[in-house]
Amino acid sequence: MNEKSIKKALISAAKPLYRTAPIIVGVVLLVSLVNALIPKTTFATLFSKNIIVDPVIAAALGSILAGNPITSYILGGEFLGLGISLVAVTAFLVAWVTVGMVQLPAEIMMLGKRFAITRNVLSFVFSILVAIITVLILGVV
Amino acid sequence: MAVNKGWYFLGIAAAAYVIAALIKPSFLLPAMQFFVKIILKILPLFVLVFAIMFVINYFVSPKWLVKHLGKDGGIGTWILAVITGIISTGPIYMWYPMLAELKEKGVRQGFIAAFLYNRAVKPALIPLMIFYFGLMFTIVLTIVMIVFSIIQGKVLEKIVEV
Repeated sequence: MNEKSIKKALISAAKPLYRTAPIIVGVVLLVSLVNALIPKTTFATLFSKNIIVDPVIAAALGSILAGNPITSYILGGEFLGLGISLVAVTAFLVAWVTVGMVQLPAEIMMLGKRFAITRNVLSFVFSILVAIITVLILGVV
Repeated sequence: MAVNKGWYFLGIAAAAYVIAALIKPSFLLPAMQFFVKIILKILPLFVLVFAIMFVINYFVSPKWLVKHLGKDGGIGTWILAVITGIISTGPIYMWYPMLAELKEKGVRQGFIAAFLYNRAVKPALIPLMIFYFGLMFTIVLTIVMIVFSIIQGKVLEKIVEV
């Protein structure tokens, strides 16, 4: 291994991490804020049990909330128990892990505005499509 | 020397805390406990991401990246995006620096989008998903999401590169 190349690779690896550190701390601060301020028990009241509107509300909710996917499974299980449709619950689960409103500013800063906004909008739309297709397949199988 | 824009972002996040603390002071302690918990959890990941970036910088040339993960990359590019996305761990934002660097080096944007989408497919969490929603649901959702990750990558490229 060439010492000069190692040094160059180390600096190249450290630079973007140093640049990103305040952004990551900022994102974690915002995620913690959202988690502490919004009581999860109130989410279920947002649903109207309308099969068209509920998946959109669910995807929007999943996009705003952030955290471990396990939390989304627990909430999704509660929603199912309350009679919310499987399409809506699936859209919620998928949006939770694919759309990130809290980390969007960080994504814009790192990967560009056009990329980040397009990716998140597509992920939002796809969360509903993925939910519909999944439930349709399950109905057929 | 240019000011790192990230510090402004951190300042905005801190300001949000000040405003929220003025409105609802009781939230501060649980929020800070949650913050410390996540920071401790992602610290080892920071080391992992640094190691991966070092390896990429040392062993992989930008020319190789563009050839295999750039516009001319074939089906293998998508398979690699799916696999690396699935096996990557930790919060999504931990991977932004590495992806930003890959993007700068010419890796196709669809690959990055597919990678990020597949981060939603986590083998370690599959048993939990089966517990909550059943085996069939988990299998179907996982397959549909993997297919959609590639569709998203392709659609994103069409939109972004217009």
